[in-house]
Amino acid sequence: MPHKTFLAFIWPSLFAMILFIAIPIVSVGFQSLYVEHEQIMIEAENCGPFGCNSEVRVDREAMEQLREEQPAGRFHGLGTYTNPSHLAIDDIREIVATSENFGEIRNRIMNLPFYKALIFTLAYTFIVTPLVIVLGFIIAVVVNSIPNVLKGPVIFFSLLPMIVTPLVGSLVLFWMINSRGILGAALQSIFGDPTLSLTASPALTWVTLFVYGVWHSAPFAFVVFYAGLQTVPRDTLESAMVDGANRLERIRFVVIPYLLPLATFIGLMQLMDNFRIFEPIIGFSAAASATSLSYLIYNDLRLSDTPLFGSAAATSMLTIVGVLILLTPVLRRNWREFNRKPS
Amino acid sequence: MKFTTMTSATAAMIVSAGAASAACGIESGSVRILSNDFAALHAVADFAAKCESDGVEVTRNATEEHKSIQVPALTIDPATYTVAVIATNSIVPLLNNNLIRPLDDYIAEYGEQLQPSQLIKVGGETMAIAFMANAQHLVYREDLLAENDIAVPTDYDELLAAAETLRANGVMEYPIASNFMPGWNIAAEFVNAYLSTGADFFEPGTAELAIQNEHGMEVLETLKAMTEYMNPEWVTYDSNSVLPIYEAGDIAFSITWGSRAGAYLDEEGPAPAIAANSGVAAALAVGDSDIPGAALWWDGFTIASNISDEDAEASFQAMMNGVSPEMMAEHPTEAVWLIEGYEPTEAAEGVIANLQGGARPYPMLPYMGLLHTALGDNLTEYLQGDESAEQALADVAAAYETAAREAGFLN
Repeated sequence: MPHKTFLAFIWPSLFAMILFIAIPIVSVGFQSLYVEHEQIMIEAENCGPFGCNSEVRVDREAMEQLREEQPAGRFHGLGTYTNPSHLAIDDIREIVATSENFGEIRNRIMNLPFYKALIFTLAYTFIVTPLVIVLGFIIAVVVNSIPNVLKGPVIFFSLLPMIVTPLVGSLVLFWMINSRGILGAALQSIFGDPTLSLTASPALTWVTLFVYGVWHSAPFAFVVFYAGLQTVPRDTLESAMVDGANRLERIRFVVIPYLLPLATFIGLMQLMDNFRIFEPIIGFSAAASATSLSYLIYNDLRLSDTPLFGSAAATSMLTIVGVLILLTPVLRRNWREFNRKPS
Repeated sequence: MKFTTMTSATAAMIVSAGAASAACGIESGSVRILSNDFAALHAVADFAAKCESDGVEVTRNATEEHKSIQVPALTIDPATYTVAVIATNSIVPLLNNNLIRPLDDYIAEYGEQLQPSQLIKVGGETMAIAFMANAQHLVYREDLLAENDIAVPTDYDELLAAAETLRANGVMEYPIASNFMPGWNIAAEFVNAYLSTGADFFEPGTAELAIQNEHGMEVLETLKAMTEYMNPEWVTYDSNSVLPIYEAGDIAFSITWGSRAGAYLDEEGPAPAIAANSGVAAALAVGDSDIPGAALWWDGFTIASNISDEDAEASFQAMMNGVSPEMMAEHPTEAVWLIEGYEPTEAAEGVIANLQGGARPYPMLPYMGLLHTALGDNLTEYLQGDESAEQALADVAAAYETAAREAGFLN
């Protein structure tokens, strides 16, 4: 395609990307370098239905003037990134210096909010992504081999978990695994343990979230693989049959190599999606045991009476860096494949 | 007979509505109300909406997200809403950002019905009008307590002893439920219990945290002791999830909000037998203290600064109708009203008992919200037995100090 035609087609999309993605990211990055002005406090007598007392309050007029002079706040450089709520550089130095063994270092670092969230996010990403690819592939192969009459309904039902909005899906499951719900009560009676609760123990909460993640995303992998299966060359498959390859061998030596680029694509999408895991944590009320980077951003912005924009911006930038690091190997692989092809 | 009652009721309604709109006396203006989403606030907004006429427009948005939208919505000029219905904590961001106007002039002109205790004064200026009070308290099963010869607990030690008796007698394994969900809820429980100790959260006059002491430890140990008598799923308990558990008869004690007591005692609700056997009492005290362990909250309304004086005046007059004694006469059980002539109903006994017992108000400090968030994020690991109480308090302090530095309250 001539460069000119390419540009003509790409510019609306490019323009939208710059306007709605690039510029906001730059502004978030800018915001992350600033913190609120120092608050000017004055003592005031506050009265209400429950009596009067002398309390401090923010001097509104003085603050307004400060904000007018410097609307972005105080410049803080990378201070927000290194503070105890984010990378906690000083805390880690102290932990390493004062801990006795590796186990203690690990436990103390895991107690820092950012690293606690990062560990869960990474665990979720690296456990759910491969399972989604494998399960999606198995479903696709199975669906591909059932009679045509059944295919329509089976495909529709397999897609349901993806069609259901994540928040709704997780809430429905959350109610089912509650100890008064059908799944929770069934598990208790199967294991004969009335205290068994999927929502109470941290380890079981993690497992529940992983299972939910696989359940929710497997249909995506299934659809992509199923589409790919329709294009597997018949003659290669038939020649494999002539060579005496059984069903498993045909999948192993023909289908899987043929679909490998699709697996890379699904891996790429899933890595990005899973790294941003958020809704299930809310839906399953799982914040006691599992927090993710996105949850930290939500916490800073929404759960506090005073939103911490700088802190949320810094976590956002760190999330973007995390996604880039995760995607580098996959992108490099794609780039090499692209270059290998004759242009 | 039935027909007659209905007609007279309808007639009374029409008469009161007619009287109300005549009483508003607004000539023109726009009234736009932003509020939280619960029954008492709907009642207030309904009555404010009765002031609607040819020249007066009344619109409202009742949403649980009101806290997140109020600051941006009132910052623009003209503001999206003329009235923001707020509570003890949610007025703070509006005050800090200078988004609401003093009401003294309007009170002088239109506020005859107000009692002095309804005026929320900040540094001498009235910034909000309170119309209802709220606090947490104890709801208990009278029948179970009587059968097992237990007196109504007044402090946490008695509650734990009562729970132990119920467990020992084989009545139930987990008799207690309280809103222990991580985040806002568990932090509110800590604040309630800590207020009972009589200590303050901060060094006087500063934003320096002062909870890393024996009071903080005592409160944490009390909360931990409660988890022993709560279903392990307490990590998911909030007001909405505990009510059905109570209605199912699975618990004997529920520590819940005054604004929810009506639902607990509702004999026309889903569990009439349990509702009929329920009682409310003051919140529980911690240790040797006799201060009920509940923060007192008020709900009230404010008028935006970034609107025309005409709209502000119309809004104040409409809200005066919203919080009028006529509104209260129609909705006596929806809340503990602070309006003149209020007579407590059975559902209000818990909150009234808190007030009489000397419970303390939720601190209206600009940095209290930051502490509330820090508490919400850092107590669960201790309660689940994964870390020590000292470590939990240290984590709270670290999270609070980081946030307070970023927000400019600490250096």
